[in-house]
Amino acid sequence: MTAPVTAPSPSPTESRATAPAIELKGISKSFGPVQANKDISIRVMPGTIHGIIGENGAGKSTLMSILYGFYKADAGEIFINGHKTEIPDSQAAIAAGIGMVFQHFKLVKNFTVLENIVLGAEEGRLLRPSLKKARGVLKQLAEEYELNVDPDALIEDLSVGHQQRVEILKALYRQADILILDEPTGVLTPAEADHLFRILNNLRAEGKTIILITHKLREIMEITDSVSVMRRGEMTDTVSTSGTNPEQLAEMMVGRKVLLRVDKTPANPGEKFLEIEGLRVVDDAGVERLKGIGLTIRAGEILGIAGVSGNGQSELLEVLGGMIPATSGTVRVRGEEIDITGKHSDGQSRRARGIAHVPEDRQHEGLIMDFHAWENICFGYHHDPKFQANRFLMDNEALRKDTEAKIERFDIRPPNCWTAAKNFSGGNQQKIVVAREIERNPDILLVGQPTRGVDIGAIEFIHKQIVALRDAGKAILLVSVELDEIMSLSDRIAVMFDGQIMGERLPADTNERELGLLMAGVTDAPTGAAPALEETIHG
Amino acid sequence: MDKMPAWADAILVPLISLLLAAILSALVIIGIGEDPIAAVKLMVSGALGSTYGWGYTLYYATNFIFTGLAVAVAFHASLFNIGGEGQATLGGLGVAIICLALPWPHWSLALLAAIGFSALFGAMWALIPAYLQAKRGSHIVITTIMFNFIAAALLNYVLVNVMRPVGSMDPASARFSEAVHIPTLHELLAPIGIEFSKAAPANVSLLVALLACFLVWLLIWRTRLGYQIRAFGKSESAAKYAGINPVRITVIAMLISGGLAGLMAINNVMGEAERLVLNATEGAGFIGIAVALMGRNHPFGILLAAILFGFLYQGGAELALWTSIPRELIVVIQALVILFTGALDNMVRIPLEKLFVRFRRSSAGGSSR
Amino acid sequence: MDLLTIVQILDSTLRLATPLLLACLAGLFSERAGIFDIGLEGKMLAAAFFSAATAAITGSVWLGLLAGIASSILLSLLHGLASITFRGNQLISGVAINFLAAGMTVLIAQDWFSQGGRTPSLIGRGRFEQITLPFADAVESTPIIGPIYAELLSGHTILVYVSLLAVPLTWWILFRTRFGLRLRAVGEAPEAVDTAGVSVVGLRYAAVMICGVLCGIAGAYLATGLQAGFVKDMTAGRGYIALAALIFAKWRPWYALYACLLFGFLQAIALRYQNIDLGVFVIPVQVMDALPYILTVVILAGFVGKAIPPRAGGEAYVKER
Repeated sequence: MTAPVTAPSPSPTESRATAPAIELKGISKSFGPVQANKDISIRVMPGTIHGIIGENGAGKSTLMSILYGFYKADAGEIFINGHKTEIPDSQAAIAAGIGMVFQHFKLVKNFTVLENIVLGAEEGRLLRPSLKKARGVLKQLAEEYELNVDPDALIEDLSVGHQQRVEILKALYRQADILILDEPTGVLTPAEADHLFRILNNLRAEGKTIILITHKLREIMEITDSVSVMRRGEMTDTVSTSGTNPEQLAEMMVGRKVLLRVDKTPANPGEKFLEIEGLRVVDDAGVERLKGIGLTIRAGEILGIAGVSGNGQSELLEVLGGMIPATSGTVRVRGEEIDITGKHSDGQSRRARGIAHVPEDRQHEGLIMDFHAWENICFGYHHDPKFQANRFLMDNEALRKDTEAKIERFDIRPPNCWTAAKNFSGGNQQKIVVAREIERNPDILLVGQPTRGVDIGAIEFIHKQIVALRDAGKAILLVSVELDEIMSLSDRIAVMFDGQIMGERLPADTNERELGLLMAGVTDAPTGAAPALEETIHG
Repeated sequence: MDKMPAWADAILVPLISLLLAAILSALVIIGIGEDPIAAVKLMVSGALGSTYGWGYTLYYATNFIFTGLAVAVAFHASLFNIGGEGQATLGGLGVAIICLALPWPHWSLALLAAIGFSALFGAMWALIPAYLQAKRGSHIVITTIMFNFIAAALLNYVLVNVMRPVGSMDPASARFSEAVHIPTLHELLAPIGIEFSKAAPANVSLLVALLACFLVWLLIWRTRLGYQIRAFGKSESAAKYAGINPVRITVIAMLISGGLAGLMAINNVMGEAERLVLNATEGAGFIGIAVALMGRNHPFGILLAAILFGFLYQGGAELALWTSIPRELIVVIQALVILFTGALDNMVRIPLEKLFVRFRRSSAGGSSR
Repeated sequence: MDLLTIVQILDSTLRLATPLLLACLAGLFSERAGIFDIGLEGKMLAAAFFSAATAAITGSVWLGLLAGIASSILLSLLHGLASITFRGNQLISGVAINFLAAGMTVLIAQDWFSQGGRTPSLIGRGRFEQITLPFADAVESTPIIGPIYAELLSGHTILVYVSLLAVPLTWWILFRTRFGLRLRAVGEAPEAVDTAGVSVVGLRYAAVMICGVLCGIAGAYLATGLQAGFVKDMTAGRGYIALAALIFAKWRPWYALYACLLFGFLQAIALRYQNIDLGVFVIPVQVMDALPYILTVVILAGFVGKAIPPRAGGEAYVKER
């Protein structure tokens, strides 16, 4: 305990040596009929990094939210440093020495770093002394843990990596001994993630206890001392990291052997279905999101786009799907140039051109959550003549028939076309979207994060549908932040970084390490397949 | 699974809210030293006890159907059009201009023209706020409030300086000619042998309002445009994905909304006053908010809510005439209805949802998925 | 136009700007905390009635002021209940409050005084007295400075000076105190406040209460300072003009002062002149009436500097993982 800002723990210190920093006993929590946490127990020793791994929706975040006083557990006890502690709200969690870095940062965007640090931890009624003190402490922390941030910068002007540092600083300023990080690397480049891990190592060296929530096996293996696996709200097991391996963890996560490979025959590419040249997008804030993208996808192949989220993949899908206008560049569909300026085109005209789109965010884009399943089945295709009864009215009967057929073919549950989209599970929601888009038999299918928040069974089903469409001679553009998914589904892989294509590889000729370097923007990696493409990048 | 069956959401929640509003209103009446039961009796006999009372009730209801539909159409696009008052004012201006400008040979032609002009003027008054919301992100609630005041100033100017007949001291337009007089319910019902009060102002506009209810229902739940309006209202980002143009839908929904509010003028200006006067709308634009909230934005619900408010208005006028209870009691009831069915909706809904969940659990055991 | 006329118009501007300014600052506290409030009008109206009624009954304007503030706070709590506790639509709640005040004031006025929805005229200590600043009489005869000091600055009720002092005070609270920091944060990112262990609900209720106090003073000034008693609908849209001024001021205290002075000036002009003859053409009085609203629409349209409301404004806070 040499750090000047680390106050002695509120509990007597004599129990520290033996007692776990955190102990949860029999935590249960339900949201209505959904049981998010079932009788969970966990022990984390002080001065260690403990990983919690599990799929999306396994209940990791809920558990940590309970520990941070965001939710109240239905049952169970929490012990901090061996003492039973009630955590009814975040205030109590902070008082118990717990700090949390959320997946979505909780920062006031138009406040300075200093103001964000001080917020809620002010010294007195007036601001000036608090800010002065915080400035000094910040300087110390920066030196100690490689946590450099300009204290007077506005949050909205900082990079994501720096914003995350502010979150960590916030916790440390509140003298947290226990730090929880929820999926901290999802928004970071590999280099930023490395820096974060150095910070975490420094913190561990200072005796801090860290809980790292992630669904990435690599991170668990790299930095944690012990790891707990969660599956469907239950704690499967807790093991020491040195005594396990990724395969074993993966099996524990999903409850059976994972098929990392998707069964598919080699691709049989045909004519060029989609050609993209020099595609640029400058957003409303004047930020250049796409900096001259060049890609070609042929009939009968799946092109996977790998990359850390936020490097322009979303914008690429949105431009091709007609949701946002391009600033410049050309896009040809089966040899014919289409309008991408948004002046004469939108999602409707893209669909008319045979481009279907499974969007990244099904809850906010792909579906209207309050609409019935049958109302969602024509979403985007509501102009289709087959859904019209006459010139003025839509044919709701035809829609319901169409929905029932799709429910049957895609095994959507519950099999009721009157169920509202919000009342389906994530996997079944995605099936509705995929059914709608694939059954149009499009020439080109844009797919964004097809299996995010989808259970394993549905993942396999959706992957099979995508491969089947490819085998039917269609062109598919797949965007995913899950490298495994990219590796197993794609016939060709392009890596995006900072709005550019860093290179293309064939899955057989590359590995995760090489792709990871490209995702970090390191270009001197040896160039492999698809040399033709390199020319068009800067064209 | 839904927390609550659809019928409970559509009927039970508004009914309970209404009941709460009624109880509080009764307490208010007791508070000012009057007997609520006697008051209700007086209101019922005054508003529903004679064809004269019905004539007024339906006259007010006609106004409220139009403004209620106006608010509802905008609500479906997730737009809060609080400017029905101003749009109805402008609708009145449109009606007055067209009625006074031409020598109409028959009322039916004049009515058709008035329908067109009132809707057009109302729609145009909604256009600027709609455009500013869609293109510049200016909050439509604020802009439509501002446009209400601007409309009032405009009407004031036009009546004082332009339309006032020479020599008249009254800030009002000239009286419309006999030819543009549209039939009252008395004149409509007499030929089929039904005796209806001669003095009551309810008129053929009621039929136009009923037609509007039906057309709005078709529009919202059966047409492509309605589908797009609802989709846009539920999720703007999803609408963008589906290629539904947010600017277009915002503007169209507000034009329809403004047009419906403007249409009210065929009832109050053409059907009743037969000239344009200051403050012709008498707050009907705002009552549309209460009507739409209570009617759950559904034309049939709006029809019922409009008749209820028509009853309250006529009943309230009777109360003011025969007791010491001022007409403002209706404003209080209106406020309570807006409060309970709109702002405090969750106060009723959440306990009710819990009740339903508990009921289901105990009756269905573990069978729910 | 001579100096005296100008001074008189400016004097009238100050009087008319006072209720606008108080209501505008009231809205500023509420909206900075993320609670939209179109119920300023209703709260002022309620306060106007209860202050006048209490002053009429007790003969004490100070008791009147307290009653006015209390009634306004009550409506604020209703708004808080609807929009904070029950997470209802803040705009709808505001509309309801405006109608509630419009109806209840007349209903109660009729019940208590039976004068057609008004209170008896206030006399003597039932009204706020005009305060003569020191040496006002002495310097009155001095050219230029004299009339400005004696006519324009001196001779107002205490509430005018209170409203002027409220501007720097508001600025200081918002930008120099812990409470202000938290208040601004809760209007921008309530999740940041919540995770920092500060109660979002508590802060928002506090803001809404301050809004009630200021609206209460504004209403009391209308009925017991500017005029002598309550008449039906006496706020006459001032709550909405204050709202317009708030947008015009981009939610900032000093700008709020300027905006309210501008709108007060327009009202003063409209009150003094029926039509303004500029020689070439005549500006009708209705243009003056409508000008605050037109200016606000222009500002909202973003053609003259964009007005960006607090980011979390109008939305109830729901915890999210």
